[in-house]
Amino acid sequence: MNVINASGWKPEMNAADSEGAPATFTGNRALMLEEPLIFEIGDNETTGVDFEPAPAHSARLNGLLRATPINLPGLSEPQTVRHYTRLSRQNYGIDLGVFPLGSCTMKHNPRLNEKVARMAGFADVHPLAPVETVQGALGVINELAVWLIELTGMHGVAMTPKAGAHGELCGILCIKAALEAKGEGHRKIVLVPESAHGTNPATAAFAGFSIENIPATSEGRIDLAALTARLGPDVAAVMITNPNTCGLFERDLKTISDRVHAAGGFVYCDGANFNAIVGRVRPGDLGVDAMHINLHKTFSTPHGGGGPGSGPVVLSKALAPFGPLPFTERHADGTFTLVEEVTAGDRHPLSIGRMTAFHGQMGMFTRALAYILSHGADGLRQVAEDAVLNANYILRSLEGTLDAPFAGSGPCMHEALFSDSNLAEGFTTLDVAKGLIDEGFHPMTVYFPLVVHGAMLVEPTETESKANLDQFIGALRSVVERAKAGDPALKSAPHFAPRARLDETLAARNPKLVWKDA
Amino acid sequence: MRYLPLTPADRTSMLATIGASSIDDLFVDVPAEARLSAPIAGLPMHQSEMAVERHFSNLARKNRAASHHPFFLGAGAYKHHIPASVDHLIQRGEFLTAYTPYQPEIAQGTLQVLFEFQTQVARLFGCDVANASMYDGSTACWEAIGMARRITKRTRALLSAGLHPHYVSVAQTMARFTGDALDVALPELMVETDEARLLAGIDDTTSCVVVQYPDILGRITDLSALAHKAHAHGALLIAVVTEPVALGLIKSPGEMGADIVVGEGQSLGVGLQFGGPYVGLFACKEKFVRQMPGRLCGETVDANGKRGFVLTLSTREQHIRREKATSNICTNAGLCALAFSIHMTLLGERGLRELAALNHARACAAAERLTAIKGVELITPSFFNEFTLKLPKEARPVVRAMAGKAVLGGISLGRLYPGVKALENGLVVAVTEVVSDNDIDALVVALEEALA
Repeated sequence: MNVINASGWKPEMNAADSEGAPATFTGNRALMLEEPLIFEIGDNETTGVDFEPAPAHSARLNGLLRATPINLPGLSEPQTVRHYTRLSRQNYGIDLGVFPLGSCTMKHNPRLNEKVARMAGFADVHPLAPVETVQGALGVINELAVWLIELTGMHGVAMTPKAGAHGELCGILCIKAALEAKGEGHRKIVLVPESAHGTNPATAAFAGFSIENIPATSEGRIDLAALTARLGPDVAAVMITNPNTCGLFERDLKTISDRVHAAGGFVYCDGANFNAIVGRVRPGDLGVDAMHINLHKTFSTPHGGGGPGSGPVVLSKALAPFGPLPFTERHADGTFTLVEEVTAGDRHPLSIGRMTAFHGQMGMFTRALAYILSHGADGLRQVAEDAVLNANYILRSLEGTLDAPFAGSGPCMHEALFSDSNLAEGFTTLDVAKGLIDEGFHPMTVYFPLVVHGAMLVEPTETESKANLDQFIGALRSVVERAKAGDPALKSAPHFAPRARLDETLAARNPKLVWKDA
Repeated sequence: MRYLPLTPADRTSMLATIGASSIDDLFVDVPAEARLSAPIAGLPMHQSEMAVERHFSNLARKNRAASHHPFFLGAGAYKHHIPASVDHLIQRGEFLTAYTPYQPEIAQGTLQVLFEFQTQVARLFGCDVANASMYDGSTACWEAIGMARRITKRTRALLSAGLHPHYVSVAQTMARFTGDALDVALPELMVETDEARLLAGIDDTTSCVVVQYPDILGRITDLSALAHKAHAHGALLIAVVTEPVALGLIKSPGEMGADIVVGEGQSLGVGLQFGGPYVGLFACKEKFVRQMPGRLCGETVDANGKRGFVLTLSTREQHIRREKATSNICTNAGLCALAFSIHMTLLGERGLRELAALNHARACAAAERLTAIKGVELITPSFFNEFTLKLPKEARPVVRAMAGKAVLGGISLGRLYPGVKALENGLVVAVTEVVSDNDIDALVVALEEALA
């Protein structure tokens, strides 16, 4: 076990690595810089912020003055800037290269969007400021809402959900409320395809539903006959991802919707993959009742190393009355008001209530709207077309190298799915992923969806050039050939990353979740 | 189309490689009757960067920014000064444009930050462990109630009247569907909290008691008695902190026996942003860690024995457990957690203590000035940086009148508790380090005029 202390690396930690490269005194390797924890380099008396002294006053703290230190180490500003800059260099980001995580949609994040989100009129506005003083902010929410409704062909939109899974929850709660309002609260089953994102069954279970899986056909789409056979008076909803996580368009969705509606249920669509179809088809035209839109996917708000997301939910006419509070309302004179608890009683009595404090992810709304306005209706259509074109280019370029289980099912949409079935004995998808890291790429999504063995799900997005795709294809082909040939060096990849493979079993068996001073 | 690198020649050659004659061939699986043959009518076409920026500038000008005016709004979202280096660092592309660290070998930057963040939050709250963040304080609060249900196998939660009404509202939305029974009450404009009601309400069916500290009116009370009684009955104490800066000056909830402490981290590093994105903080005792929601980062070693970090204990999470997960949460608030952590590192123990002391001093000064106004009464003799005044008339129009004179003078309880007559004269005033003596003068003048 390595320990870095305030005096720097212990030399014995810097033994030559498995590559035979010479050890360095610091543990650094040129631009690859090691960085200790703030708990190892900071202390309780160092600070990077100067304050004017507090004016004299008598404390009004009800005798609860803190008696013991918190033990929060501080750093001066130069130390702080260097600490986080050095850490940042241990990360891969879309700014550095192709980041083809299937279903995650890692596309370029335009910097204009960062700029507008930081305008004081948006970034420095309080959520409970009088509505007369935030007309521009309400205007942004309303303008984005109109775009989302138009692009999806739906009746309304709930803007407040904080992320995709939160949007799913919002949609499922609206469905549950609508069923209860019809006296059909006894419908307890939600049907979920096997290829669904894990959030789908987790969300439905959270809302008190029981989950039943629906099988896929051999071509990677929902088994319409099996789904139809399962419909009945106990089924509340189906949750369908379209395009699905095998990268295919569910061409029976309209038929499914009609049958589910005829059986008294609702259709929830996971909109994580809306990127593939925006401007080419509207989910509302396929009979969808609710669909969340991950603004951080389709509309390019930055993923930030794991959030924040933003998950507005578009709703059908049947579900819109149940949408959450608060929401904006535009008046004929161009002003906006907020429909909150005080005004909702008479005009929105069926609302499920609040999903979150305040109004949702405003900072993401400004970014997403800037992205949408930059592209316009024509550009958004081109987004879908280029995303689908890039994915098919990858699928057809690599189907001779890797097993592509659904390559015969027609064109893919925005992502191409491969399996590990033709690698050498003992070589896995994980090895391919780690080999790609050494090639300077972020790996694709691995081991998802679960319906394919050793799944590799590649989503290039529309913001990659053909030259980037060609280089990625060449790299993946090279790594796969090594995996087919049984190259032992691949088993210990990555060799050139800041860390070799990390021991996840150890982390889970003996969890160290916080730093403890020696 | 400045964000789309493919050229027409690229598209042609790629279609040839694919074996498609046109882009439409790739959308054949979309039912013909649902295919859109052209850009959706009635929506604008693409625009230049300059045109889009101008549009937003025009909209931004219609909002009153906190830093441009005397500003006293709080109630769960606070205006603090954010050091310039915070925003610079979170805009480094390797942080901004990274994904969830599923490939830890090339995500050690994000992962080490999360490990440091978890440690900072756990120490600040006086808990053993913390997770890698939640959406915001309100959703973290509900997740804590759900966690208490899983631990105690009981469904009756006692919510303090001092809990932020939006947090109560979120819990009520969820409880309606999960079957939890929430015992709630409205606050009263008085010195005492509803601690007596909570103490009396705890019994062997109680899953948890949820108390905000400082509470929605700004009151600070010792949580020890509640912790003691809750534990005697096998229930958990959940503390909710919406202003983490306070803990630089006052005891942490963990010190007073809270089992789970959640909060809103917006105050540090994040900014007001009209309500989001913010960062939910979630900490608890070590023995409950496997019932926690959300992502956790843990320390481990790599194949060469070097220290490194990974996401861990993911068998609690939806992508592994699916319908048996502890929560459906997937995304956390990574970039906001980073901002929080950087700001906390810049402050350190000493900076946080000084910041908290300055907040409290300025709030005390403001309270003294405001209570000198005829008819204005201080409801909360003890507070941190936020207190409640009782005005001689309804506060909501007073707030509007002050806003009309460009003074954002507080949040009326009428806004927070619409229709509750007994609260409508209440005004919650937050005073942080950004408030100057001139701002306090302006508020005094504006309030006097509005009350005249």
